[in-house]
Amino acid sequence: MKRIAIVFLALLLLVPAAMAEDTIKVGVIAPETGNVAVYGIAARDGVKLYIDQFNAQGGVNGKPVELIIYDDKGDPVEAMNAYNKLVYDDEVAAIIGPVTSSPTFGVAEASVEDNMPCLTATATHPDVTTYGDNFFRVCFEDPFQGGTMARFAAAELGAKTAAIIYNTADAYSTGLKDAFTEAAAEAGLEIVATEGYATSDVDFKAQLTNIAGTNPDVLFVPDYYNTAYMICSQARELGVEATFLGVDGADGVLSIEGADTSVFEGMYFANHYSADDTGELVTSFRAAFEEAYGETPNSFAALGYDAAKILCQALIEVDNAGVEIGPDSYQEVIDALQATDLEGVTGHIIFDEDGNPVKDLTIIEIKDGAYTFYSKY
Amino acid sequence: MTVLLQLINGVQVGAIYALVALGYSMVYGIIKLINFAHGDIIMVGAYVVWFLMARLLFPAWAAVILAIAFCACLGMAIEKIAYKPLRNSPRISLLITAIGISFLLQNLAQVIFTANPRMFTNVFPGSIRLGGSTLSVATLVTIVVSVLLMAGLSFLVNRTKIGRAMRAVSEDKATAELMGINVNNTISFTFALGSGLAAVAAVLYCCSYSQINPTMGSMLGLKAFVAAVLGGIGSIPGAMVGGFIIGIAESFTKGYISSKLADAVVFGILILVLLIKPVGILGRGKREKV
Repeated sequence: MKRIAIVFLALLLLVPAAMAEDTIKVGVIAPETGNVAVYGIAARDGVKLYIDQFNAQGGVNGKPVELIIYDDKGDPVEAMNAYNKLVYDDEVAAIIGPVTSSPTFGVAEASVEDNMPCLTATATHPDVTTYGDNFFRVCFEDPFQGGTMARFAAAELGAKTAAIIYNTADAYSTGLKDAFTEAAAEAGLEIVATEGYATSDVDFKAQLTNIAGTNPDVLFVPDYYNTAYMICSQARELGVEATFLGVDGADGVLSIEGADTSVFEGMYFANHYSADDTGELVTSFRAAFEEAYGETPNSFAALGYDAAKILCQALIEVDNAGVEIGPDSYQEVIDALQATDLEGVTGHIIFDEDGNPVKDLTIIEIKDGAYTFYSKY
Repeated sequence: MTVLLQLINGVQVGAIYALVALGYSMVYGIIKLINFAHGDIIMVGAYVVWFLMARLLFPAWAAVILAIAFCACLGMAIEKIAYKPLRNSPRISLLITAIGISFLLQNLAQVIFTANPRMFTNVFPGSIRLGGSTLSVATLVTIVVSVLLMAGLSFLVNRTKIGRAMRAVSEDKATAELMGINVNNTISFTFALGSGLAAVAAVLYCCSYSQINPTMGSMLGLKAFVAAVLGGIGSIPGAMVGGFIIGIAESFTKGYISSKLADAVVFGILILVLLIKPVGILGRGKREKV
């Protein structure tokens, strides 16, 4: 009797496995625990939301997509283990992930040897797409926003002069400063002052006094929100009347505890997407996400959603061409990803030859103490 | 015009260095101890004001007064618990204890308030226009309050009974005791005074630079220490002069040379002073008593 029960149970377990034969397996590597879990969970939820919607509409010509999700904890070693499991045990057709830049390097390098189609939603470091043609990313890379903010200031705000204050010891900040300076020259925006500071500095008055003396139209502050707050409030105290320009690191300035956020009024910063965008894609994405997870989707969720969408479109193309999707269709999937041309939540996306997106970014304006969608640019 | 504004920036930060340097100098004068925990008293003061204002919603004036009182008591308690038992030990034991107290305070703050920086609401918001340029109210308040406090301290040390006791104890502890001065109380008073000034410095510093974190006191304390050595450690007017010189040097370096060199210039000054005039600008060389 006992033996029969065991056989029966085993059969029960085998049934879903047998039924799952006709799915398309896609791997996801994302930090679901650890220091960067906030980002990983948001990106993963975005991916899951799209796949659920996609399967409900029939999947890849009738075949549903099955997600196999591994937690990399934000750790490069865990990410490599996850990658190897996905490729050799699970035999997935493509991988979405990792989420943060440092685990992505190793995965990108290994994926070149296997020619595995990979798509990271959110790793912004410029180097992650340089290893091979099989690796794509959905978010724009760091320096891109610097150039865009310079062009935006000249064209949309009519600025003639700009000043920059940046962290001389931080790759993110200096990269943005270089891109801004370069694009400003082309856009006819004169840089009247470039001042530097060190990572732990809290007193920016000497640099800002110099900037105040040049009376620029805009002040570019490429740093994260805590530092941006100190710089902007000291700038206003010293009579700098310039419009502040920020980057995606400035997302969060309005939620600093105890801060007088009125100094940010009228600031513009670049971001991947705005939840307040009134476009049809964004509003329906936001409504679906809120219904599924009970919270407003952030940029990571939006990018994860777009990554899943791009990959699913590519899989449909491959299937339409009559190729069976699986471990033997890597090159076909890569070619289809390269040919991506679609409208996503984070903007219109096509890929350049390195696998970086050519897309709009979203400009957010701080108005009446709230982040407000200004425009795509 | 920019030169004048940079000078004002320098005087502002210099005034804060001077207030902190006074604490170093007074304590050194009286028990020959470089109190390395002094910088962290500033940090404690900043957190107390922040906690009272942001969390318990005290009005600013009450928070500031309570923070000064808290720091004064903390300074006295540290002296009684950590330094007094070692008063007759080798000087190096006392110095190491001071460093230990500094780490203790930093790590306590990290446990209680976490390492995340907190933002401090400016108690003196707003700015005024002078000609073509703008000065923040906090800058003016910093300079005025510091100068008043320094004048008050000079009066206290030179014209009052407790001040005379402080000077006597710093000259010669044993003789002062023989003359009927309560040495223990005088030392406690000195610590309370220095720590109270540090709390004021903390408030002024945070009003201008808004961010507080558990290790904010170490760099500020170190620069104030350089100011104290430059002015002549143990000398009260020296600490004031040293503070202003360091602040102005830092501000001009950031404004006209390079922000990367500001710290190098400050500590370069320390090296020069030690090489050229180790007793500092207003310090007195002490002859060995026979």
